[in-house]
Amino acid sequence: MIRLENVHKAFGSNRVLRDMTLEIPQGSSMVIIGGSGTGKSVALKCVLGLIQPDSGKIFVDGTETGTGDRDAFLARFGMLFQGGALFDSLPVWQNVAFRLLRGSLKRPADEAREIAMEKLRRVGLKPQVADLFPAELSGGMQKRVGLARAIAAEPEIIFFDEPTAGLDPIMAGVINELIREIVVEMGATAMTITHDMSSVRAIADNVAMLHGGVIQWTGPVAEMDASSDPYLDQFIQGRAEGPIEAVR
Amino acid sequence: MNVMAPLALIGRSVLTLLASVGRISLYMLDAFSHMLRPPFYPREFLNALLNIGWLSLPVVGLTAIFTGGALALQIYSGGARFNAEAVVPQIVAIGMVRELGPVLVGLMIAARVTSSIAAEIATMKVTEQIDALVTLSTHPMKYLTAPRLLAALITVPALVAVGDVIGIAGGYTVATQNLGFNPVVYLKNTVDFLEPLDIISSLVKGAAFGGIAALMGCYYGMNSGRGAQGVGRATKSSVEAAAVLILAANFVLTGVFFSV
Repeated sequence: MIRLENVHKAFGSNRVLRDMTLEIPQGSSMVIIGGSGTGKSVALKCVLGLIQPDSGKIFVDGTETGTGDRDAFLARFGMLFQGGALFDSLPVWQNVAFRLLRGSLKRPADEAREIAMEKLRRVGLKPQVADLFPAELSGGMQKRVGLARAIAAEPEIIFFDEPTAGLDPIMAGVINELIREIVVEMGATAMTITHDMSSVRAIADNVAMLHGGVIQWTGPVAEMDASSDPYLDQFIQGRAEGPIEAVR
Repeated sequence: MNVMAPLALIGRSVLTLLASVGRISLYMLDAFSHMLRPPFYPREFLNALLNIGWLSLPVVGLTAIFTGGALALQIYSGGARFNAEAVVPQIVAIGMVRELGPVLVGLMIAARVTSSIAAEIATMKVTEQIDALVTLSTHPMKYLTAPRLLAALITVPALVAVGDVIGIAGGYTVATQNLGFNPVVYLKNTVDFLEPLDIISSLVKGAAFGGIAALMGCYYGMNSGRGAQGVGRATKSSVEAAAVLILAANFVLTGVFFSV
């Protein structure tokens, strides 16, 4: 279980998170939605320790983050970055097997490559892709490789940062389905941030809407459409008019 | 107009400069500490050796040979004003080994390697590859900075040694082909005149300049701003800082080795 308690984070005078509290049950898929610049990525990076919150506490399975062995903590996570964040200098299979080629999870190169090939197959990529470099791949293929890397070490918790950003609707649908299938079959806890409502409906068990630095609404995805929250309603309907100020 | 405004501006600039010096000093200490502690990344180190050392040889060689040749011509024509043309071999040797070899190699490395490191790491930062490294349990200082720093500390002195030899060879070629110097006498004068301290100072300067070049590339890359403009600014700042620090370090090291 992941729990954020009264988390605050400001960048200069810009208070991005103002008392954010959220709980993600183990094995569930939580999708955080919200407009651009509302602090969704910041919240996710706070959990991973990539950004230090100014105040508040974050717990993973009851243990406060930032305490204990950092490598062991990070080994529990996989993450798909918005732009893929694949390492340009490494071929695809080494990107996927990155964690398996070094550090505490290091395996022999042959074994690591075999696992990478299997993960690439799992995300629908052909074996020939393994020896290409990221720059040789399309955006959709890069997302798939990023997904393969995120699941290569069988993590307990997977984060997805805007998994469908920059993809056409069909490829976005494919990636959404892949994420849902993989999260279910691995039994992983998933936290996704997006403003793509098709992703929300495909991936989420639970939804949280972040606005103004706080969780404006949270609940099961099935209750989202029936919610009377005006912020959530405006967001999912994509209306310019409503309590969320839209700059024109 | 507020009469204090210029003073405030100067004060802010000084504070900004001091803060930068502090941050870079802490970064340097952190980099050296990561360089000495496992885990080590031998493949990254070998790549850095290749990129910083081997692939810099052509530009270092060309810079040194033209500089050595020009130096011979300058000393010959300048020396002729007071009948001292014969000192060409000695002055080319001492000029290249003590001063021009290390400084020019250092500046070429700043132009070629510092810019490349800064642009690469800054791009990695902008595209979240640095964050990805962290989530994959890999410390960016160990994976990106330490191998490059170690490789620069090893290869730049070697490049300086090669540059010194090629620079002297450039002077030798010009002196013997154009200025009528006897080849055997030229070489004898060069070898006899150089002292071990000249060579040691050259290599120590090389190591210092290599360290500065690698550190500035890594520091500005890691602290890059967002977007293409951030990458461009990081690259420009890294080269400026490396070049200025190399020239400053050269002054200090020359004082340490040769102060009378």
